[in-house]
Amino acid sequence: MAVDLDLIRQMGQHMATTVPQAAALGFRFVSVDRARGVLEVPWREDLVGDPDTLVIAGGVVTSLLDHVCGLAVSAAADTVPFGTATLDLRIDYMRPAAPRAGVTAEAHCYKLTRSIAFVRAQAWDADPADPIATVQAAFVINRG
Amino acid sequence: MSEAAAQQLEAFLQRVPYVRFLGMRAELAGDEMTAILPFAQPLVGNTNIPALHGGVIGAFLEMTALAQLSVTQGSSKVHKTIDVTIEYLRPGRAMTTYARAELRKVGRRIANVHVEAWQEARSQPIAALRGHFLLARD
Repeated sequence: MAVDLDLIRQMGQHMATTVPQAAALGFRFVSVDRARGVLEVPWREDLVGDPDTLVIAGGVVTSLLDHVCGLAVSAAADTVPFGTATLDLRIDYMRPAAPRAGVTAEAHCYKLTRSIAFVRAQAWDADPADPIATVQAAFVINRG
Repeated sequence: MSEAAAQQLEAFLQRVPYVRFLGMRAELAGDEMTAILPFAQPLVGNTNIPALHGGVIGAFLEMTALAQLSVTQGSSKVHKTIDVTIEYLRPGRAMTTYARAELRKVGRRIANVHVEAWQEARSQPIAALRGHFLLARD
């Protein structure tokens, strides 16, 4: 019996806005589906990583990707919601985001075992088919 | 290590807005840099423990690598991250985090950097990063 999608949606909105780091970076909830989640972070002057180009910092994208992966894992919950902790995160940066561009990230938890979740994600500024970064991650599941 | 290295480091820390957002500082002892991330509530990812956000730890490790490269490369440009692998070893508690970077190989165009972060004891790292960086030229 899978967790209700409405419950996942509520949890996703909660995760995107009330977690202190997510709120500080201005994350916005976009959508969730079974084992999938989408979040975005609007561009902001204090989040710039390179003052010469005004491109958003890689660290902000790292936080967004970690967060959206956690969301996808939660959205894959097969019974009751559980806690997650990042085990490892591998990020490839294809190219910098455009100057003054926000970033959107989508994650898919493609395998969930009793104790581990495996996730892929990607981030883009304008076009999902032209990503700025891709991710492969593993999470530990803490079942109450 | 020279006065120039300290100036390079200070310039990097002051110039990058996101470094100020994190509240990251750094100290130089000779050519060895220690990055310092004081705890702050906005850095929290899990309020129950409370623990630092995994993304914050990853970002801090990445900025440590970039800061160390700015010290040794003597360029005011920001180097570009090609890829990073972040290993999470222990929860990041609500306290100051430290990190040191080791430049494993600095080639003509690409650098390979390992970074380790710890809190209470250097021998008990909370996270590690391995990454490749494309070097910027002035």
